[in-house]
Amino acid sequence: MKPIDVQKVEEAINKFKDQPIYLHLETTNGAYAAHRNEGMMTVSAFIRNGKIQFSQGKITGEHPYRVGLKLEDGWVYAQGLTDWEISEQGQLLLAGHDGEGKIAISLQLSETPFM
Amino acid sequence: MEEKHVLVVFPHPDDESFGPGGTIASYTKLGIPVTYACLTLGEMGRNMGTPPFATRESLPSLRKQELIEACKVLGIKDVRMLGFRDKTIEFEDEAKVIETIKELIVEVKPSLIITHYPGHGVHPDHDATGHATVEAVRQLPEAVRPKVYCMAITKEREKVLGKPDVVHDVESTMDVKVAAIKAHRSQTEAMFKQQSNDDLTTRLKKWLTEEQFWIYRF
Repeated sequence: MKPIDVQKVEEAINKFKDQPIYLHLETTNGAYAAHRNEGMMTVSAFIRNGKIQFSQGKITGEHPYRVGLKLEDGWVYAQGLTDWEISEQGQLLLAGHDGEGKIAISLQLSETPFM
Repeated sequence: MEEKHVLVVFPHPDDESFGPGGTIASYTKLGIPVTYACLTLGEMGRNMGTPPFATRESLPSLRKQELIEACKVLGIKDVRMLGFRDKTIEFEDEAKVIETIKELIVEVKPSLIITHYPGHGVHPDHDATGHATVEAVRQLPEAVRPKVYCMAITKEREKVLGKPDVVHDVESTMDVKVAAIKAHRSQTEAMFKQQSNDDLTTRLKKWLTEEQFWIYRF
């Protein structure tokens, strides 16, 4: 992946606009967060291949970035994104890596289901 | 260590190396066959390499290759990838997971099984895997049940389970164990970049050298 280029990512986001697409959205602080740091909670969530359609998509912020997708009945939101890539399958992969390079959040869009 | 065949059951590529890697290496060194049943490909791992070279989508195939490589290093000739998905084992049909592991036990006929101690795995996948394995063994007639060595990693393990029943000092196979851990490059390269090998032998020595097992009592 490479560091996010706002203009290119916004163009890539907009290629998925106004059509049914597949969403992968996750965030995690690691399965061992509470085990390693007393008082910390292990928190993580993901949705894989959620079907969505958005009418407006934006990327904002300054390293790390935020992405918001406006749905007919709601929103998709992600904060902490640092890197991006278009996969061989044409999927838009956005991820937020922490100082150690560990993934902390990812937001991905695809026209076909993620494997 | 008079075993005929050892079956190792863990959910993630690298559990086998970090956990009982030295023990596995000493079995294979003696010519004892080891089968590793790895339930997932660690698809949801947080480590992406240092600096990151994997993406969420490329990680599964990379980890699959790393798993094959680590098994080669450990002398494991039979790896079964059971096709479950990282983080989801506890939400699967429990009977189905148990049956999958039971079929494998019946086929492989191990004299010893190594897995996680249910409730002491910290990671939910570890607990679900340990639970399913123990239940699979419980379903077998008592006379043919293999021994089950469980690894426990919770902080309160000794308070709840007592002292481990089996402690292997794996000093003699430490090089193999470290090489197997390194084979899981996407997951472990940060660990080795942060410290020189000298530091490794001091800081991580006890954690890596002493492999503790609790015998599961049915």
